[in-house]
Amino acid sequence: METVPKAPVVIAEKALHTLVCELQSAGYRVIGPTLRDQAIIYDEIDSVADLPQGWTDEQQPGSYRVAKRPDMALFGYTVGPHSWKKFLHPPRLRLWQASRTGNEVSFSHDETPSQKYAFLGVRSCELHAIAIQDQVFLQAGHEDVGYRQRRDDSFIIALNCSEAGGTCFCASMKTGPQATNSFDLALTELLSEDRHEFLVEIGSQAGADLMHGIASREASAGDLETAEKLLAQTAANMGRHLDTQGLKERLQENPEHRRWDEVAARCLSCSNCTLVCPTCFCTSVEDTADLAGDTAERWRRWDSCFNGEFSYIHGGSVRSSTKSRYRQWLTHKLAHWVDQFGSSGCVGCGRCISWCPTGIDITEEAAAIGSAASPPEDAS
Amino acid sequence: MNTPLDPMMPRFLPLQRRIRETADVLSLVAEPLEGEEMPTFLPGQFNMLYAFGVGEVPISISGDPQERGHLVHTIRDVGAVSHALLQLKRNEPLGIRGPFGKPWPLDQARGADILLIAGGIGLAPLRPVIYHLLAQRESYGRIALLYGARNPADLLYHKELERWRRVPDFQVRVTVDHAGREWLGDVGVVTRLLPKIRLDPADTVVMLCGPEIMIRFSTLALLDMGMSTKQLYVSMERNMKCAIGSCGHCQFGPHFICKDGPVFRYDRVEALLKQDEI
Ligand SMILES: Cc1cc2nc3c(=O)[nH]c(=O)nc-3n(C[C@H](O)[C@H](O)[C@H](O)COP(=O)(O)OP(=O)(O)OC[C@H]3O[C@@H](n4cnc5c(N)ncnc54)[C@H](O)[C@@H]3O)c2cc1C
Ligand code: SF4
Ligand code: SF4
Ligand code: FES
Repeated sequence: METVPKAPVVIAEKALHTLVCELQSAGYRVIGPTLRDQAIIYDEIDSVADLPQGWTDEQQPGSYRVAKRPDMALFGYTVGPHSWKKFLHPPRLRLWQASRTGNEVSFSHDETPSQKYAFLGVRSCELHAIAIQDQVFLQAGHEDVGYRQRRDDSFIIALNCSEAGGTCFCASMKTGPQATNSFDLALTELLSEDRHEFLVEIGSQAGADLMHGIASREASAGDLETAEKLLAQTAANMGRHLDTQGLKERLQENPEHRRWDEVAARCLSCSNCTLVCPTCFCTSVEDTADLAGDTAERWRRWDSCFNGEFSYIHGGSVRSSTKSRYRQWLTHKLAHWVDQFGSSGCVGCGRCISWCPTGIDITEEAAAIGSAASPPEDAS
Repeated sequence: MNTPLDPMMPRFLPLQRRIRETADVLSLVAEPLEGEEMPTFLPGQFNMLYAFGVGEVPISISGDPQERGHLVHTIRDVGAVSHALLQLKRNEPLGIRGPFGKPWPLDQARGADILLIAGGIGLAPLRPVIYHLLAQRESYGRIALLYGARNPADLLYHKELERWRRVPDFQVRVTVDHAGREWLGDVGVVTRLLPKIRLDPADTVVMLCGPEIMIRFSTLALLDMGMSTKQLYVSMERNMKCAIGSCGHCQFGPHFICKDGPVFRYDRVEALLKQDEI
């Protein structure tokens, strides 16, 4: 996304309604946070009224709860079990359909035009997660055509976090809490007893164009200062912390650390962590045919390195123990990812910690195995 | 004919010939469509082969890289997809995506002695190397093939093995784990044949392909002969669903075997191979 230097503006809470309407009339399906089944998830919203206004979430290892806030904040919570990958990298996707007549095979194309999404409330860690998945799906020479389309068509309204959650550690991963680029617009919610407004930063021409139709005023030095203070406060109140200095090397050098056995004793190999993780990209391919065998389809669905068949080769799974699967997950996230894609695969969003049924905390495990403070045991 | 729009869409080529190699191994020869040429490939690369409606699996290209008239794969019947591929009849469409992966280091190995060590179906990805070496014999030093299989009946490419044995200046030794009286060749693991091969350990490039256990003990024996880990190359195998570095299945430590391999210089994977369940 090109950067359009344009001064930040301030809009009233109700102008957010207009913004959503404008996006809808421009043909976007607006996706935002909404309360469902006791969790704040991402789904299509009709209007700002669908946002979980006045709600917050309380997150701890193995625990996620929504609760009422004392105020009417629209974005007064952090991230829930969903991430935007649900839309950009759908859980199940038909890649193609083909039919066979005699020895001739022909492909039929899906005629449904692709969805144009506007994502409302994309946190900084999530912007980083999207950029990380871009590295996977937009590799030169092997670009995923559908992903490219969904990505190019999406409009991103980022959100600067006014509060950190109990399992957040984006400050450690240098992925937040401030959205610095890769957005069309970025909001900071300015809420106090006598005001409910949004500071809006403009990150692209498309963002600037959209703002033309919205009533706004130029941001004052005071507005900017308030936003800055909020972000500094968020950064200072991270629920978790991870020391990344030398972490990659120490993880890669310690595949036999005894902590892997200890964590494996608690891990259920349920794959919750990989499903909620906004960067985990692994998929499996399913080829199917109709009964007559004349038409075939290829589907792609999310897979997880915690599944047994994931590493199956003739004769058995390469990673049959829970220990080896947890080790694959953690080492891939925090170490191998750097070799593969030039950055960590973890953006510090904390989802895997909150949604682990047994409360395994990636920051604790990584520290035990890979921090400078704990010299390797059993190094071999 | 379709032009693939997406890297996950196969092309279809008609099957021209099936060659029975052993009781459970066949080579499938596909031919290009009228007016089209086969895509080029480098020895060591593989394709994703698709059996219509059944599934898709990685299979090494086992033919001659110089031969542009057809594309050969040698497949062992081990499960659903390989079985379906081997059921294909003449002119039926074989789905193909590829070629993928890093090849054997034939350019870097020019001038050096070459030792090929193959176990079982592992000879298939090395056969294009043999074609190349024999075609460009003068570019390499001494060349040798050590090939091990379970039983004499499991040996691939019988006729060619016989032909290669008669090529002067190509040392070919074949060994089996078990054999009856009619077997006149060697019996035992491939490493037992190492002392019988003449080459300069200081200036040899070794290419290994076979079961991981064979790779483990062979590399140990080669290092014992004074070779360095940088002279050895191994081809690795893992589950693969995409072959383009995006499904995650083939990860081996920091490597994606589909795009960083399947051929690796041994020093890059040595530590990982020593760990279980990586
Ligand atoms: C780079 C590479 C090159 C290969 N070259 C050859 C070759 O030249 N000839 C040959 O006969 N075989 C080769 N194989 C092995 C071949 O891919 C497997 O035998 C095949 O996938 C088995 O599939 P199946 O459905 O018949 O068996 P099943 O046992 O039913 O397997 C089920 C699924 O598991 C996966 N799988 C099982 N075994 C393997 C395996 N060994 N490697 C990767 N995925 C596996 C596949 O996705 C397969 O569909 C190669 C493997 C790799 C990775
Ligand atoms: S590993 Fe955990 S904390 Fe890191 S990005 Fe994934 S879900 Fe978030
Ligand atoms: S952690 Fe596991 S599921 Fe996630 S990207 Fe890595 S290998 Fe795939
Ligand atoms: S086979 Fe999919 S990443 Fe290598």
